[in-house]
Amino acid sequence: MTNTSETAVAPRVSAGALRGQLKRLRQGDKGLLPILLGLIVLVIYFEIRNSVFLSSGNLTNLFVQATIFILLAMAEIWLLLLGEIDLSVGFVSALGATTAVILLDNQFHWPWFAALPLAILVTTVIGTMQGFIIIRLRLPSFIVTLAGLLGWEGVLIFFVDRQGTGGTIPVQEKVLYGLVNSNLSPMWTWIFVLACLAVLIYLIVRRDQSRRASGLDAVPQFVTIAKAVALLVAGIVLVMIFNKNRGTFTVLEGMPYAIPVDIAMLAAGSFILTRTRAGRYIYAIGGNAEAARRAGVNVNRYRLLAFVFTGFTAGVAGLIYASRLGGISDNVDSNLVLLAVASAVIGGTSLFGGRGKMIHAVIGGLVIATIYNGMALINMSAATQYIATALVLLVAVAMDAVARRGSTPSR
Amino acid sequence: MTTTPESTSPQTPPNGVSVSGDSGVASSTLLSLRGITKSFGAVQALKHVDLDIPAGQVTALIGDNGAGKSTLIKAIAGIYAPTSGEIFWEGRKVNLHTPRDAENLGIATVYQDLALCDNLDIVQNMYLGHEESRHLTLDEIKMELNTKRVLSELSVSTVQSVRQLVGSLSGGQRQAIAVARAVMHESKLVIMDEPTAALGVSQTAQVLDLIKRLASRGIAVLVISHNLVDVFEVADRIAVMYLGTLVSSGPASNYDTSSAVEIITTGGSRADATASFK
Repeated sequence: MTNTSETAVAPRVSAGALRGQLKRLRQGDKGLLPILLGLIVLVIYFEIRNSVFLSSGNLTNLFVQATIFILLAMAEIWLLLLGEIDLSVGFVSALGATTAVILLDNQFHWPWFAALPLAILVTTVIGTMQGFIIIRLRLPSFIVTLAGLLGWEGVLIFFVDRQGTGGTIPVQEKVLYGLVNSNLSPMWTWIFVLACLAVLIYLIVRRDQSRRASGLDAVPQFVTIAKAVALLVAGIVLVMIFNKNRGTFTVLEGMPYAIPVDIAMLAAGSFILTRTRAGRYIYAIGGNAEAARRAGVNVNRYRLLAFVFTGFTAGVAGLIYASRLGGISDNVDSNLVLLAVASAVIGGTSLFGGRGKMIHAVIGGLVIATIYNGMALINMSAATQYIATALVLLVAVAMDAVARRGSTPSR
Repeated sequence: MTTTPESTSPQTPPNGVSVSGDSGVASSTLLSLRGITKSFGAVQALKHVDLDIPAGQVTALIGDNGAGKSTLIKAIAGIYAPTSGEIFWEGRKVNLHTPRDAENLGIATVYQDLALCDNLDIVQNMYLGHEESRHLTLDEIKMELNTKRVLSELSVSTVQSVRQLVGSLSGGQRQAIAVARAVMHESKLVIMDEPTAALGVSQTAQVLDLIKRLASRGIAVLVISHNLVDVFEVADRIAVMYLGTLVSSGPASNYDTSSAVEIITTGGSRADATASFK
């Protein structure tokens, strides 16, 4: 440490940046590599056991299955970053969905552009309310949202049963139903994916260029190009999966609308976390709230903001949930929230606060959906599915804890 | 209660002041405390403290546990409002009710726990709460360039990359980052609470060097320390507290280890330290 002299000050392309990345790896920002490798192993295993797994029909189904885990995990990540947790997120999102379904289909017949935003508003208000109680009364989020878990399920059952439709309300309105069950046309799938890739690659190239132009450590040019090419290939493969006709009797092709919803939430969440003060402060509070406070950050304001974001994201998740089930019932899976937390942690977000990214929700959600989807394909029992998920989660949490220990300051 | 008499009249800005070292007379008083008293209920933690802190010099505040050192720096940092007494900043009377008041004057405090976020990198920590932004988004390039500039100006050269997480730094490096952050925002007075307490030999040397460099840049430094070796290594002036009273203060050359220890432990004689120990 003492003999590196001027390395920090002199602009040094590549070597410094690479060393920094290695260092980060050891510190616990383990990156996406291990979990992506794990995902590939799972995929290969299921494909060997049943060749239907990698068919475009099943993969599309898998992506749609993953959507709900992904969105709920994103909701959870806002709070996990603060070292908080929301146990009520599953029922809150279902309650939002109930709002939408009732307003759209029963006696109200609201238009979708009024009902869907209102549903999201409901969950946002609930999230804000819980956050307010937690912050103002200085209660642990674990307990307040545990009360939410019980209470909001009660409210949900009350409203669903009051409709007198036997405990389930079907979705008949076509926009909400179509979120999961309708697709972009193949051409629009191409346009959408290529546009996303163009923006993403532009941002990456521009960032690396301006770092180089300012004389700061930057990855070598070929790494930038490799990243862009990899993204392009992945995007094209994705389009080809979605655009293959997967129908048996009718033509069924294109990307389900749920995927752009995921991508929009991922983009918005990542933008806030990495490019704005709010995001920076959420990380800071999760790392050392006292330090943030002394630096002049209004800690409670940004904590509350995270609860607002959680509520909002839960609302979006709820709409996807109702669309996928084709309705809402008074019997919402209470494992949803646990799988949401599991997705976030499997993806690489720390339970202890301060470490995590929105993309972790996507990776973790895909892992969980892959396990569920693949196990069903090879006819494994529910028992095995649960146990397999548990093992993956355990490995992820263990890695998180070990990484955390590795990152404690060496003095 | 023997303080060396010093001018409290309005002075030139500290940056224009030459470093007077151990000359004994401060050329420019940045901060003056007059009759500062702080009571917590029946307990008087500070009793009529008079202290002058000159620009461009390192003032060491020493004393036993409970002597009132921490209370005094908290009064200067705006955390405790004094019960009575006056504070003059560059000759003007000021009120320091909140840490923000102190910060706005240019007083930065580096507490013992440093208040760094281990999960953020050096740049992010340096700018925490003061982020630069452009088009509503954070201007990372500007912040990174400035961080590098500040660190190189302070000759903090042992960090490999300013994008390293602070959690991975050594104790001395962390201290250096905390100090660099304090001076980055145009601070004129940097208060440091036990800056070397948790450090090894070479890291202590690095931090002491850093403190001297701050002073040579015209910044006033107030250091609390228990370690007299460090104090004599770095301090231009020494102020000794005993049971809430400032019992002695003067140029560091007026003291030696044994005289300092005697004043710390007994409160010294009523006679002027300058006279008795020269």
